[in-house]
Amino acid sequence: MSTFLELDHVTKTFGSEGMFGNGMVTIAVDDVSLTIDEDEPSITTVAGESGSGKTTLSRLLLGSHVPTDGRMLYRGKDFTKLTSRERRNFRREIQPIFQDPFESYNPFYKVDHVLDAPIQNFKLASSDREKKRMIEDALEMVGLVPGETLGRFPHQLSGGQRQRVMVARALLLKPRVILADEPVSMVDASLRATILDSIRRLNRDLGISVVYVTHDLTTAYQISDNILIMYRGTIVEAGTVDEVIPNPQHPYTQLLIESIPQPDPKNRWGSEPPQQNWDTSDTQIAGCRFADRCPAVMDECRTTKPPQYLINEHQLTACFLHKDKGEMTNPDITSTFQTESETIKAVPAKI
Amino acid sequence: MSTEQAIETYREGARISDVDALVVDGLSVYYETEGGTVKACDDVTFTLKQGERFALVGESGSGKTTLAMALMRLTRPPGHIAKGSVLLYGHDLTKLTDDEMRKARLSEIALVPQGAMNSLNPIMRIGKQVVDGLLDHLTDDQSTPGKEELDDTVRDLLTRVGLRPGVARLYPHELSGGMKQRVAMAIGISLQPKLIIADEPTSALDVVVQRQIMQTLGRLQEGLDASIMLVGHDMGLVAQFADTIGVMYAGKLVEVGPVEEVFSDPKHPYTKLLIGSLPSLQEKREFLGIPGLPPELVALPPGCAFADRCPSSFDRCSVDIPEKLNIGSRRDVACHLYEGEAQS
Repeated sequence: MSTFLELDHVTKTFGSEGMFGNGMVTIAVDDVSLTIDEDEPSITTVAGESGSGKTTLSRLLLGSHVPTDGRMLYRGKDFTKLTSRERRNFRREIQPIFQDPFESYNPFYKVDHVLDAPIQNFKLASSDREKKRMIEDALEMVGLVPGETLGRFPHQLSGGQRQRVMVARALLLKPRVILADEPVSMVDASLRATILDSIRRLNRDLGISVVYVTHDLTTAYQISDNILIMYRGTIVEAGTVDEVIPNPQHPYTQLLIESIPQPDPKNRWGSEPPQQNWDTSDTQIAGCRFADRCPAVMDECRTTKPPQYLINEHQLTACFLHKDKGEMTNPDITSTFQTESETIKAVPAKI
Repeated sequence: MSTEQAIETYREGARISDVDALVVDGLSVYYETEGGTVKACDDVTFTLKQGERFALVGESGSGKTTLAMALMRLTRPPGHIAKGSVLLYGHDLTKLTDDEMRKARLSEIALVPQGAMNSLNPIMRIGKQVVDGLLDHLTDDQSTPGKEELDDTVRDLLTRVGLRPGVARLYPHELSGGMKQRVAMAIGISLQPKLIIADEPTSALDVVVQRQIMQTLGRLQEGLDASIMLVGHDMGLVAQFADTIGVMYAGKLVEVGPVEEVFSDPKHPYTKLLIGSLPSLQEKREFLGIPGLPPELVALPPGCAFADRCPSSFDRCSVDIPEKLNIGSRRDVACHLYEGEAQS
């Protein structure tokens, strides 16, 4: 088994309490350990609301944020100690796809430009003919017709087509991991399916691991193997989508799933849930960060941070409601994950 | 569910009376461009009862926002209202002078805009923005309220939209996206309008905040006995929120009906595909998109604009534009398939 990327007890904080800070410290990612394996490509969803830390986590994985605490390892080597050649390789092997398919383009260049640039930067083609073939292959891979796409300006393509060109761009670099941060939230619902489908095909046909960052649990359920749910920087629940989505165990995951607007007018939302309190600094919260909104809050939730309990071999949750279950011995949350070949197993601790 | 409802709905607490709040008849908004006339909104007709929640859905470019802006008389050149009338409790908004319309906005018909982050003034405190419209709408015989009275009004409005009164002293950049959307709602209800138009009020927000905002909006609307028109493309949100749904395609309203009926028995092939393409939490299945793209509005095909994407199209569809057919109580569809079922 070879590990592509590993987060080892990584914490990322913003703001400070000191003399120059405003007293508000945001712990955007709090003590997270996970691994992305390259032999077993899977699709993993990182879900949570705005401010949950999901974008910070994805920026850590892209190497554009440095952990405040803990280490990130790329192919077993500390990320801060990479040589420039290794770092360059890292930048090719993990490719981002961003939320806004409008801002990713320079409107003055034809769409060909975003496809030419990576080939030239990484010297991937030895001739113009090879470059042309690579671009056409990548476009066809995401379901676009090269003749109808190349030579056009970004505004001449639909939002869905623009986002698929971005997927094709990522593909040109033959990455091991694609990190897609809300890739369909700005695209019309009827076009979302085609983009998600092309992302799923990359995983299945080319063996690329995908990290799908979203707040949309419906599409997460449809395309991913595994999911981790974040709330104010902590991972409150993780596991396979087949365990987590039908049987959410953390009250926050339950709230998230209940709030999804189901397309069924006869089955409407219940009463209005409480709002998040943004006025407390994360460092002032001793216990569970969800305690002030939790319908099942207990005394210990306000004083002690809940550890991760293993519900079953494919699901964990950080909630005292489940303290009858064993605590996780392995801090790596991805040990509960499952890929199609199913080799990783989590071991519950003895109670 | 009360038996007096003018429209059947599963919505709890609904109070829909048989009074026509908004009657839109044959409304057409055209854009004159070099390439020809673009019929962004073409011959749209529908009615909203008092207390009713109407959702207008469609893809980008289907004309739903054009329609909403036309109701507010905020259409910008080269766009113009070419035909039709908009009656709000019997008064035709299209006939008002600009000054009368300016007074009617906010006090009669209010807009909660898409992307509240861009609709607030970044250098004005929230409290001042909330009462700005209210002060602007004072009539000549009304004196300007004192500071205390204004503070009370701000406190009351912020509390009603679920914000703490202290927010009044803050600037927009100090608020989260959901809080800004709440401020936009506070401004929207400040003069107790009879019709609230909400244009994708939650499109940039995540599910829990989205639910809170929509539920707050619903509560405000019920409190004012106002009607609401929700514009958007999220069918799930429509199912949760609305009583009635109108589906737009290429500038035309192709189907209207009670939301429960349309979801359980959609008639127009476009509506069927729209509902069929929704991903579900109950089962995993292959994604079904709608094949093809909507037509260019400058060069619409001669018959039905949906014909070339439609799985049920036949010869006539590419020749004749389908007329609106009434096929049941408050149930309209513009499709040749239903000509046999039309009720006079």
